[in-house]
Amino acid sequence: MISRIACLGGIYSNHLALEAALQDASQRGVDAIYCLGDLGAFGPHPDRVFPLLDKYHVQCIQGNYDHSIGHGLDDCRCGYTDPADNYYAQISYDYTLANTSSQNRALLRNMPTQRHVSLGPFRLLLCHGSPRRVNEFLWESTTSSHFLEHLLDQHQVDLVATTHTGIKWQRQLADQRRFVNVGVLGRPENAGTTAVWYTLLEAPTATDLQVKFVPVEYDHQRLARQMQAEGLPDEFIETIVTGWWSTCLEVLPAKERQRGRY
Amino acid sequence: MSLSDPNLDEPVVHLTHLDHLWFQVAGTLCNLTCHHCFISCSPKNDSFGFLSLATVDRYLQESISQGVKEYYFTGGEPFLNPEMVPILTRTLQYGPATVLTNATVLKDDWLTTLAAAEAASLYSLEFRVSIDGYSPETNDPIRGIGTFQRALDGLQKLVQFGFLPIITATRTWPDSEDGQILQRFSETLQSIGYQRPRLKLLPTLQIGAEENRTHGYRDSERISSDMLADYDVGQLVCEHSRIVTDQGVHVCPILIDSDDSLLGQSLDEATQPFAVRHGACYTCYQYGAICTNPSSPAASASPRRQASLLAGRESE
Repeated sequence: MISRIACLGGIYSNHLALEAALQDASQRGVDAIYCLGDLGAFGPHPDRVFPLLDKYHVQCIQGNYDHSIGHGLDDCRCGYTDPADNYYAQISYDYTLANTSSQNRALLRNMPTQRHVSLGPFRLLLCHGSPRRVNEFLWESTTSSHFLEHLLDQHQVDLVATTHTGIKWQRQLADQRRFVNVGVLGRPENAGTTAVWYTLLEAPTATDLQVKFVPVEYDHQRLARQMQAEGLPDEFIETIVTGWWSTCLEVLPAKERQRGRY
Repeated sequence: MSLSDPNLDEPVVHLTHLDHLWFQVAGTLCNLTCHHCFISCSPKNDSFGFLSLATVDRYLQESISQGVKEYYFTGGEPFLNPEMVPILTRTLQYGPATVLTNATVLKDDWLTTLAAAEAASLYSLEFRVSIDGYSPETNDPIRGIGTFQRALDGLQKLVQFGFLPIITATRTWPDSEDGQILQRFSETLQSIGYQRPRLKLLPTLQIGAEENRTHGYRDSERISSDMLADYDVGQLVCEHSRIVTDQGVHVCPILIDSDDSLLGQSLDEATQPFAVRHGACYTCYQYGAICTNPSSPAASASPRRQASLLAGRESE
């Protein structure tokens, strides 16, 4: 029976952070590793994440970015509505589409969009944005607890895990149920530190479901040099080396925006 | 009931889930008389009245079983309601709250209380401030003489109290001028100390006072069944929202003046489908998610784009 898994998401082509996270999860003796989608975006050399996911037998689900790149669509379908957010999102998308091989695009195209997983006695639903829409933003400060209860009731699970927003959070609900955003590996979470995050889910006993957010330190300066060499925007590089978001900010709710620098 | 006449091409939209619960908390009473107001709010328009804290509380309680995700408050001017601060404070115990205000009547002690309420809550308190031009010359002809400076003073106060208000401007200029006008807005807001202004543009709704200012909808400006093919109806406010007034629960914040908009007295009674037969429905269709915040999922992509993104395949 599976009792400990790692969930990661939002790799955004950050192959250096991915490798560090996968090594860390393996050393912790997890039973399985899941990726909740968005393999590409933002970072350099999108094809470099695929061999790592294969080597560590990571089971992936499709994010909005994977869907768009896989099908060769004209944008990422990230869900931004502000022109400034979409300006930078398009730069990232055009680069990623141009630099993802046809073989890897086929892999992205064929990934499932959700996974139901058993962890001990607990029923988990892993998805990208929300169980009902791949690019839905479920922010901590704009999602009521009774809405989350509704989602878990509707899907008859004990835990829903997502990524997509780029900022980890969790909420304990009634009857030991949980909602978890597992964070992203692709860029730091607008807190002024360069670490990125993934999540361990563990069921040590039949009544205990534990969630642990794991920081991942990696050679972010090396990533920044690679991004610079690829001609990616200075604004993206600034985020990698400072930990503050400088683009795609308008989608943030008030509380999440207030915590950042920009 | 508002079900469609089978002899007409009037498509109906079903409420998929009540994500957003609105409150017409100040009725149609406003200290301003804007020339483009789609429900003609003014100091004398009492066709809808204030909601009390007790009434709001009753619907907040009911909203739990409906799994409502976010709460929105509008008017008129919400802060004319003497219970507005306790209403927002109470709401922040249930979920995120957004209040749409003209920012001309805000008081320091109210903002002190609300800043503390937001800090103590899991949830965001969003202020959406209506200003329709980046200068007195562009704003005041629409919203009234002196309103630009009064709104700017209110905005400055909000910023000083640590809020990050979203400025909403109704587009009364050609779409092609958006970039230039947003830049001017940004410069104006930064000049009063708002270093990271948030801006949202809204389309005009050609009903209420706006119908007199410009013109109403043509008969051809209606949603047909064909238009909804391959369209993400999640962009339409009535697919995920309802609004409480002092008369009951209506279909959306835009249509409260329409006879067919009143759907029931409780949230549970107001879940029936709605025939999108109005001209304003056409604007909602064209622009998509016009009432919600940029952070909200209903506003998460442009119209026509989301149909293919609805979660479908599963494994294991």
